[in-house]
Amino acid sequence: MPRARVLIRPKEGILDPQGKAVERALPALGFEGIEHVRVGRMVELEAEDPARLAELCEKLLANPLIEDYEIEQLDGAA
Amino acid sequence: MRWGVLQFPGSCDERDALHACERTGAEARLVWHEERNLEGIDAVVVPGGFSYGDYLRAGAIARFSPAMEAVAEFAAAGGPVLGICNGFQVLCEAGLLPGALLLNENLRFTCRQLDLIAVDGPETGHIDTFEARRPTLSIPAKHGEGRYYAAEDDLDALEARGQVAYRYAPGENPNGSARDIAGVRNEAGNVVGLMPHPEHAVDPLTGSTDGLRVFEAVAAAGAAA
Repeated sequence: MPRARVLIRPKEGILDPQGKAVERALPALGFEGIEHVRVGRMVELEAEDPARLAELCEKLLANPLIEDYEIEQLDGAA
Repeated sequence: MRWGVLQFPGSCDERDALHACERTGAEARLVWHEERNLEGIDAVVVPGGFSYGDYLRAGAIARFSPAMEAVAEFAAAGGPVLGICNGFQVLCEAGLLPGALLLNENLRFTCRQLDLIAVDGPETGHIDTFEARRPTLSIPAKHGEGRYYAAEDDLDALEARGQVAYRYAPGENPNGSARDIAGVRNEAGNVVGLMPHPEHAVDPLTGSTDGLRVFEAVAAAGAAA
């Protein structure tokens, strides 16, 4: 079955406290010069009908009010 | 008058909600998430907890349960629905209430008693009509994902339509919610959700009984419907 990967991230402009916490922790570990850290989710799946993935994202995997998503086809299947 | 209190795998406040419902002098029963029939039920509570483990996003999976489909029909027909904490998240995910609940700004699980301001709607039919009564309620909140969010112009519209049902009292906002919003109602006014837990404040034994007023207001709407 065609494999796909869905990346879900907080929408631009929405405060992402997880990203902020990661960002604040970095200097203590010696990682300077890193900013705008955003933490999201990744979902890997196999889909018989990849054409329906956008609908799946809209309905369940992402909440379009607060999250953006990107669908990546992994097998070159459309 | 009979209440139905939904019960999902992972719900944990349904018993307290049941108790609170009974304290309004009405009957109440649990409604298992696989039930689709709300016949004989006059008001619905979607209780707190961690439905379906809160996997993916809080409330994201619960909204697809058969019981929630029944609740959507019940709400569309004007039946009063009260969502508490996880129940509020479920109602937002289901599109029965506007907005979304995000991780608390400080990333901490909040657990404390706080003061809420009940905001009456501009029209009749809204379910919390506290009128001349004391406008603040002392009610506990306990959640990790309670930061109310809606886009700025949506917030303006909500306020203009009187859809903000509860606000945290000044200085009490525990989670970074937009405009101190603790709870909202739908446009018709028969569906209301809030993050704090009125069902944990109904018995003098545990302090405040202010939570009862939230249930009484919903019961009054249920009896009138």
